[in-house]
Amino acid sequence: MAEIVHPSPALAHQFDNLEQQKEASTLGMWVFLTTEVLFFGGLFVTYCIYRLWYPAAFAAGSREMLIWAGATNTAVLITSSLTMALAVHAAQTGNRRLLMSFLIVTMLLGCVFLGIKAFEYHTEFAEHHVPGAAFEFQPQALRQNAQLFFSLYFVMTGLHALHMIIGLGLMSFMLWWAWNGTITKEYYNPIEVSGLYWHFVDIVWIFLFPLLYLIGRHV
Amino acid sequence: MRTLVLPPHHYLNDGYGIKSWLLTRDHKRIALLYLAAITFFFFLGGSFAVLIRLELVTPPGDLVSDETYNKLFTMHGVIMVFFFLIPSIPSTLGNFLVPLMIGAKDLAFPKLNLASWYIYVLGGLFTIYALVTGGVDTGWTFYTPYSTVSSTTSVIPAAMGIFITGFSSILTGLNFIVTIHRMRAPGMTWFRMPLFLWSIYATSLIMVLGTPVLAITMLLVAAERVLHFGFFDPALGGDPVLFQHLFWFYSHPAVYIMVLPSMGVVSEIVAAFCRKQIFGYKFVAFASMAIAVLGFLVWGHHLYVAGESVYAAMIFSALSFMVAIPSAVKVFNWTATMYKGSISWKTPMLYAMGFIGLFTIGGLTGLFIAAVGFDVHVTDTYFIIAHFHYIMVGGALMGYLGGLHYWWPKISGRLYPESLAKLSAGIIFLGFNLTFFPQFILGYLGMPRRYHAYPPEFQVLNVLSSAGASILGVGYLIPMAYLMWSLRYGKIAGANPWGASGLEWTTTSPPPTENFAETPIVTEEPYTYPLRAEAHLG
Ligand SMILES: [Cu+2]
Repeated sequence: MAEIVHPSPALAHQFDNLEQQKEASTLGMWVFLTTEVLFFGGLFVTYCIYRLWYPAAFAAGSREMLIWAGATNTAVLITSSLTMALAVHAAQTGNRRLLMSFLIVTMLLGCVFLGIKAFEYHTEFAEHHVPGAAFEFQPQALRQNAQLFFSLYFVMTGLHALHMIIGLGLMSFMLWWAWNGTITKEYYNPIEVSGLYWHFVDIVWIFLFPLLYLIGRHV
Repeated sequence: MRTLVLPPHHYLNDGYGIKSWLLTRDHKRIALLYLAAITFFFFLGGSFAVLIRLELVTPPGDLVSDETYNKLFTMHGVIMVFFFLIPSIPSTLGNFLVPLMIGAKDLAFPKLNLASWYIYVLGGLFTIYALVTGGVDTGWTFYTPYSTVSSTTSVIPAAMGIFITGFSSILTGLNFIVTIHRMRAPGMTWFRMPLFLWSIYATSLIMVLGTPVLAITMLLVAAERVLHFGFFDPALGGDPVLFQHLFWFYSHPAVYIMVLPSMGVVSEIVAAFCRKQIFGYKFVAFASMAIAVLGFLVWGHHLYVAGESVYAAMIFSALSFMVAIPSAVKVFNWTATMYKGSISWKTPMLYAMGFIGLFTIGGLTGLFIAAVGFDVHVTDTYFIIAHFHYIMVGGALMGYLGGLHYWWPKISGRLYPESLAKLSAGIIFLGFNLTFFPQFILGYLGMPRRYHAYPPEFQVLNVLSSAGASILGVGYLIPMAYLMWSLRYGKIAGANPWGASGLEWTTTSPPPTENFAETPIVTEEPYTYPLRAEAHLG
């Protein structure tokens, strides 16, 4: 053993080397995302069953959605996934300023998404589309089952928005770490792992958008 | 014979203050934090069982009102399932042993491990809050629409307690999966791992894949109850049977979260006390994985009488029968291991034998109720109660106690009093059978579960059951007492008191904070007993 090894300050005590640490945290995030798939999976199953039972009400409910808002948000999120991927690349190449810029753009796009979502919620509230005693829907015959559609809509998009907010928190941490120099060319794994999470939340939306906004619009 | 002494530095004397425990990242200390917490919940849940059995001594409902009785069995079920059985072996023995058994310094994510404990405690506080604000009366199954529309009790705090604790179990499973994949010492291949780790790995998969479904289901229950989002309420267009599907998609596999780790413990104990390699190691390892996979495909056997289609019921029935195959593989392989082994009848071995016998009864009666026709006869009777207590108490709890005794010298560095321990293992076995065997008969005769009053002709069997429960209760208190006693007064154990194989026995008892002086290099197959026994004697 001629070589003197200085362990990196980023290396946690339980690992032998940074490679092992990196593999562990990446696998950890994949396992966590598997959990998330099952978490949203329960909702998607619920959605599928009720949509099979009440296709007319779900189509009518879906026609009430602000399609421009949903479409814009889809574009916003896909763009944020691109900037996130670019942030990971910047981290890999050790370009700190570029990394910070891409993280900020990603976060801004995330905020735009949430802003548009909040506007949609407000509109739906004003139109009495929030399930409960004040719920109104025309035609009256579809009212009850359309209410079920809106219940699913609020829970699914609400949980998705919550994941976005958690993602923004995660990104703030990453921005801080990029700024104070924790993230280096050798230790960029936190950015990569946060990126995985961000892409996952994006993908959930890619499923939500057609199921909630588009199903009433074919034919 | 030289006198044994405790090692000068070990994880227990590495800091004494309360902060050194509550802020620890050491998996061994976190295991002990869990041990304290789940022991508290075990006795809390047990106290409700005492009241239930007291009420059932006499046919009329005279000790408590029917409403109180509903709360008693609900709180018993919720606390025992979610706050004792699910975390029991994984978060105590699993936490302690996974890094030791693979030759690692700690779990992959020590901070996350500590966070899991705090999440568990937070979930526990919600449940205690539900308890002190009047309790819950829905049954541990939270069936809708009763839980979302009709019940006037503290459903939300209890559901949130389960939701929160679920994340503790998800993160623990995640930690184990990553640790087993990425932290094994040089030479520790998958097929050199102790069978306990295969069981923990299979259990972790269920925790990670099943628990989120329960979490979302609890969230939907809360949304329906608080916001009147009608997911399950027929009056709002929902379907209560959907709740049952989602609930059992987790809660059937949850049975394997409870029993698979015990199977792992039994494999370790049987090998150590028969001084033999486990017969058919790979079969036992793959049987764990097969149970984890099949466990996800059988939930429909809880819905035979809930309006499930005949064809679905037939398929779920056939799949449920298939779970018997890997389970039987294990039982036969343990038995084959014992054949011509030099068996020493120490306490852990008694518990392992208890597990094998009681799990077999629980498993075989499981086949009865997997058959649709028979199940319709005994659904919601004491037959079901008896069946799952044979699995969860006779199986899971016996394995937990066996494992606690087997690894106690490693955990504490001291030996428990052997003859007292054997006596209490005997008391528990006797008390258990006296409590639950009569319930098979009661159920077959038609006594329904969840009633606080019953016809007089059922009294003899109920009195037997209650008498058994009092013996069982004593049986649980004795180990509690002598294990505490042994922490201070027990004989010093030494590194390997059983002469057992496995990396955890190569380090000191108690182990140092870093587990091993140097990272071990594994060169031999698991359970190389003849070699080790010689080494131990020499
Ligand atoms: Cu089941």
